[in-house]
Amino acid sequence: MMNTAVVLALSVEVLHWWTSGGEAKALKVLKQEFEAAGGTWADTPIAGGGGDTARSILKSRFASKHPPAAAQLHMGPQVWDWGKEGVLASVDGVARKNGWDTALAPLVGKGVKWDGKFVAAPVNIHRENWLWANPAVFKKHNLKVPTTWAEFNDAADKLKAAGVTPLAHGGQPWQDVVLFDGVALGLGGVDYYRKAFLELDPAVLGGDTTVKVLTQFRKLKSYTDKGAPGRDWNLASAMLIRGEAAMQLQGDWVKGEFLAAGLKPGVDILCLPSPGSAGTFTANNDSFVFFKAADPDQAKAQELLAGLVMGEKFQDEFSRQKGSIPARMDTPMQGFDQCALDSRKALKEATAADKAIPIMNNGTSEAVTGALTDVITAFFNSDMPPVDAAKQLVAAAKSAQTI
Amino acid sequence: MGRLSRLLPKLALAPSAAAVLVCVYGFSLWTAGISLTPSTLLPRYEWNGLTAHAALWANPRWLTAVENLAVFAALFVVLALAAGVVLAVLLDQKPPGLAFFRTLFLYPMALSLIVTGVAWKWILNPQLGLERSFALWGLDVHVDWLTRPDRVVYAIVLAAVWQSAGFVMALFFAGLRSLPLEVRHAARLDGASAFAVYRRVLLPQLWPVLFSSVIVLAHNAAKTFDLVVAMTSGGPGYSSELPATFLFVYSFQRNQLAVGAASACALFAACALTVLPYLKAQARQEGAHAR
Repeated sequence: MMNTAVVLALSVEVLHWWTSGGEAKALKVLKQEFEAAGGTWADTPIAGGGGDTARSILKSRFASKHPPAAAQLHMGPQVWDWGKEGVLASVDGVARKNGWDTALAPLVGKGVKWDGKFVAAPVNIHRENWLWANPAVFKKHNLKVPTTWAEFNDAADKLKAAGVTPLAHGGQPWQDVVLFDGVALGLGGVDYYRKAFLELDPAVLGGDTTVKVLTQFRKLKSYTDKGAPGRDWNLASAMLIRGEAAMQLQGDWVKGEFLAAGLKPGVDILCLPSPGSAGTFTANNDSFVFFKAADPDQAKAQELLAGLVMGEKFQDEFSRQKGSIPARMDTPMQGFDQCALDSRKALKEATAADKAIPIMNNGTSEAVTGALTDVITAFFNSDMPPVDAAKQLVAAAKSAQTI
Repeated sequence: MGRLSRLLPKLALAPSAAAVLVCVYGFSLWTAGISLTPSTLLPRYEWNGLTAHAALWANPRWLTAVENLAVFAALFVVLALAAGVVLAVLLDQKPPGLAFFRTLFLYPMALSLIVTGVAWKWILNPQLGLERSFALWGLDVHVDWLTRPDRVVYAIVLAAVWQSAGFVMALFFAGLRSLPLEVRHAARLDGASAFAVYRRVLLPQLWPVLFSSVIVLAHNAAKTFDLVVAMTSGGPGYSSELPATFLFVYSFQRNQLAVGAASACALFAACALTVLPYLKAQARQEGAHAR
């Protein structure tokens, strides 16, 4: 019995959905560091569905009273929902000692705290408000890459007339929302986005700006090709790579596709802020959240892991593989591509100007994000009048907050 | 010894009876209970009345799912029956290669619905499948149901019918074969056409087969999940959502467990309503036997 306790002393079970090549390789770095520090790493990788499956498994582990020590989640509501269940373990000790508060952007810091204490260790930040453009296509048609939505429409009309698909898009609900986010941020600005989609203020959410945003959003449908519905995002990126499409609005996880095709992000495929969103930053984060355990040694193991996750070496190594930027804003970021360096710069500037915000599903509960997604995607795929859709957004947000 | 032999059947049935009692009736009741709580991420055992049920029936996505199920179930049952009966009658003519055709039409049944779904997804994709082939032959024919919110349900019906028609065929073929040959001969001697023989003499005798087919098809329709997941994931938008996919999304992805449980109750009620007449008819039959 004694022996087992000693062996288990610094053991953590980590539940995550990083199973694909680069991510898995990057996570291995963390595992090796943890084991070098004397810990035992029990890996529970759960593939599929952008983490949907892993999060379902996590729930069932709690239902069977057998939770893991740590699990991968997005910052914000995904962490807070568990906080409400009263099951999160604090790693505040190691966080204070290592100055997490100053190393992290406030928007991330807030997203990994519950009840004023750090309960999760942030790994990385993806920027969502990117416009990816194939410069060869723009050059061939003698056009400039757009920086506003008016310019976008202008360029897209010309590209369409020339037989090029202006916008590479995968018509899955979450990708429809990425487009919508881009338009909302570009036409409405950060304050509008925050009030409407994060604070769910009914007057703003159902207001004139939303109608304007929806109208432009609907226009984007005509710039996509017929095969878009149901397409995966990486197949849309492939259209951009092949030059069949000119632009894609998507988070910086698409860089992996460009690199795999031998293209240099920032050179062969350009990265610009999505139209009208220069100076702002919408963030999507991955974190390891920690759960309470009866075993007091588990807390020590969790603190050790938390310290390593926030270590500069792992932060840089992981994001280099993943296409994101480190959650810490003070790592050297050596050998990162231009888009990543731009992303870090944009995050710093946007943070200083209070224009850095989480994307919808890192900022509101899954119920609310889901309900808004339903309306957005139904609107995009129908001829529903924008005014009706704005009303439906308000109703959906209200209903999702009730139960 | 005599006592043991009386007890033995009961003992043998006990484990499965207990399993059914707990896993089917027990969990059904538990789910109904959860639908009356404010459970979100994890079950929370507090009274919340019919709030979740009210939220469910005010949810446009759920209403779309219910509407889709009505269209899907009606078309699927009718078309699978029609196709199955026609195939069975054709096979009944003993064409050369009978065994080959019987296997051929039954074969889709052996495929998982995921495989069926993916295959049809590719066939119906306007840029990979039929539409592209037509375009290459210079024909302007549109096969774009999967990408049209107002047509996508029919695409799913098509795949489901393709999968199940062979099953109906097998049932009816076996039924036709089991009818005494004298009846056919007698009908033909009386001057009935081949069509009339089937329509007025043979098929009417197969109503128990029809009945079982309808029950099996209808409850399969209510449970349809994997086909939608593979073909459309509920899209475009949520226009091809069915109650089973709704249930999964709300219970396990949206953290709205009570709403998911409420939808499960509704689905359960719908299934019960379709199966109940069957059980009743069977009970009547067994009652008649006992007498």
